[in-house]
Amino acid sequence: MQLVIISGKGGTGKTTVAASFAYLSENSIKVDCDVDASNLHIILGGDDIEKKPYIGAKLAHIDSDKCIKCGACEKVCRFGAIKDFRIEPLKCEGCGACKVVCPSEAIRLEDEITGDTIITQTKRGLLSRAEMVIGAEGSGKLVTQVRKTAMQHKKEDEWVMMDGTPGIGCAVMASITGCDAALIVVEPTQSGINDFERVHSLTKQFGIKAFVCINKYDINETIVFEIEKLCQREGIEVLGKIPFDPCVKTAVNDFRPIVSYEESKAGKEIINIWNAFKNKYKEEDIK
Amino acid sequence: MKIAVLSGKGGTGKTTVSTNIATVMNWNYVDCDVEEPNGFIFLKPEVKKTEYVKIPVPKIDEEKCIRCNKCADVCQFNALAGTKTGIIFFDKLCHGCGACTMVCPVGAITEEGRKIGKIDIGNTESIKCMRGLLDIGEPMAPPIIKRLKALVDEETTIIDCSPGSSCSVVAAIEGVDVAILVTEATPFGLHDLKIAVELVRQMNIPFGIVLNRADEEHDLITRYCEEEKIALVGKIPYAKKAAVLYSEGKLLIEDEEYNKMFKGIGERILGVKACS
Ligand code: SF4
Ligand code: SF4
Ligand code: SF4
Ligand code: SF4
Repeated sequence: MQLVIISGKGGTGKTTVAASFAYLSENSIKVDCDVDASNLHIILGGDDIEKKPYIGAKLAHIDSDKCIKCGACEKVCRFGAIKDFRIEPLKCEGCGACKVVCPSEAIRLEDEITGDTIITQTKRGLLSRAEMVIGAEGSGKLVTQVRKTAMQHKKEDEWVMMDGTPGIGCAVMASITGCDAALIVVEPTQSGINDFERVHSLTKQFGIKAFVCINKYDINETIVFEIEKLCQREGIEVLGKIPFDPCVKTAVNDFRPIVSYEESKAGKEIINIWNAFKNKYKEEDIK
Repeated sequence: MKIAVLSGKGGTGKTTVSTNIATVMNWNYVDCDVEEPNGFIFLKPEVKKTEYVKIPVPKIDEEKCIRCNKCADVCQFNALAGTKTGIIFFDKLCHGCGACTMVCPVGAITEEGRKIGKIDIGNTESIKCMRGLLDIGEPMAPPIIKRLKALVDEETTIIDCSPGSSCSVVAAIEGVDVAILVTEATPFGLHDLKIAVELVRQMNIPFGIVLNRADEEHDLITRYCEEEKIALVGKIPYAKKAAVLYSEGKLLIEDEEYNKMFKGIGERILGVKACS
C-alpha cells in the first residue's frame, strides 16, 4: 500500500497531515518527496543513518585550452546557458547540443549531483528523504530516487507513507506515479478550490484513487459546501474536515505532530481520518 | 524594473503579497507560478489575449530514417529509444534541445511545436497582468516561465514565482532587479527561508524579507534578519479578517489598515533596490 499526501499548493496543511499519518502508522516507511523544502524530518526527529549523493543531471564544461572561440556552441544552445565561451551552470540543462557542434572537442558533459538521498531513523520507523542542491535541474528524478531508496529499505508488510510535493509539474508526477491512493488536502478558499481541481485532474490522468480532507474548514463554510459538491460529482470521498486550531502552530513550534496533543481538536479529527483510511484499505485487503 | 516575489515553501502568502503590492503600487503583475497560478483569482483582470506555449520536438520521417540510432544516443533525457521497428519518441521527456536533429546523418528529423501550456494576457482597471498555465500532465514548467519573462516590458513589474528552489524558481528570478522573500515565523518557515536566501545570494540578487502572519514582537525570523543583516521590509500580522478576505478571493487592501501596510512594503522594496 502506497499512500501519497498532496495538495495543489503548499501551506494547506499537507505536512501537518502527513506528519500525523507518519506518526500514527508505526508499521510504515515514511517518504518525504518534497525535496525542495523537506520538513518531515524536523517533526519526526531522529538520526541520519545513510546519505548518498545522487547524480540526477549532466552539466556541460568547456575546456578553455581547447576552445577556439568559434561561438558555435552559444548559437546552438537553446537555453541561453553559454555566454562568452562560458557555461552558466544554473541555466545549463545538460542536453549536449553544444558538444555536438563544437569543432574542437572542447566540450564535455559531466555528471552533476542534484542532491543527497538520506535515510533517517526516527522513533516511528525509517524516513527516506533528500536534500536537493539549490536550483538543481530535474527535481522529479530526485523524487523518484527518494522513493527507490525507500523501497530498498521497506520491510515486506510495511505501508509506504509519502508526503508529496506541491504543484502539478514533474516533481508531483514523480511522487504520485504508481501510488495506490492519494489524499488531497484542500483549504476552503477560492485558490484552494482551483488548486484542488488541477491536482485532482492529475490524479485522474494517472489513474490514482483520490480522497479528500478539508483543512481549516471553519474559515469559509460556503466554500466547504462547494468543495463537497464537487467531490460528490467526481465521486471522491471526503474523509474528514479538520477545524482551525491554534494548537497546530504550537505543534509546529514544538516540532511535534499535532496528533500527539491529546487536547487538540484538529489532532482528533486527523486521527479519525487516519482510522477511516486505514479501515478502508484493511477491508479491501490491499497491501 | 522587475521584482520577484518568492518563498522557500508554499502557502506563506506569496501571492497575497504580490497581488496586493502590485495593486497599491500600480505595478504590473506576472504570475510565473505556472503549476498553480492563483493571482488572477484576486486581481480579476479581463483577459484580452491568450497565446499557446510550444516547445520544438523532433518528428522523424520513417521513410528517410536509416535506423542508425544516433539520435537516441545523443538524447540526454531518454526521450528517444531505438527499437527494431524504428525510433520511439516519448514526448513528455523531451526538453526540445535540438541535439537529435543536428546529429541525424540523413536529415530524417524535422521539428514541430508541441503545446505544453498557455499564457493569458490582460489587465485590471489600473495594471497589466499576465499568467502562465502549465497543461495538466506536462512536467516542464521552465519554457512557459521563460516565455512569460520575455513578454515583460520595462515598466515596474511584480513576478510571482513558484515555491521552492528548483529550476522553475531559477527561471523566474533570473535577471530580476530585486527579490522579496515571503515567509512565516515557524521553524519550517525559517528552514525553507534559508534555502531561498542562499539561492538569491548565489544569483547575486538584492533582496528583502516579508514576514507574513506575524504575531510576536521578536520572533525567530526577525532575529534571523538582524543576525544576517537582511532588510525586513514588512510584517503582516495575522488577523481573522485577512483570512476571510483571502478565502473569498478578495484583495486585503480593501481594508484600510492593510492598504497602508502594503504601500509601506512597496516603498521599502524600492529602498532595497536603491541601497544595493
Ligand atoms: S549542454 Fe545544452 S543547455 Fe548546457 S550549455 Fe550545452 S547546449 Fe546549452
Ligand atoms: S563550439 Fe567549442 S570551440 Fe567553439 S566556442 Fe564553443 S567550446 Fe569553443
Ligand atoms: S530535442 Fe533534445 S530532448 Fe528532445 S528528443 Fe531531441 S535530443 Fe532528446
Ligand atoms: S539519427 Fe536520423 S537516421 Fe539515425 S535513427 Fe535517428 S532519425 Fe533515424
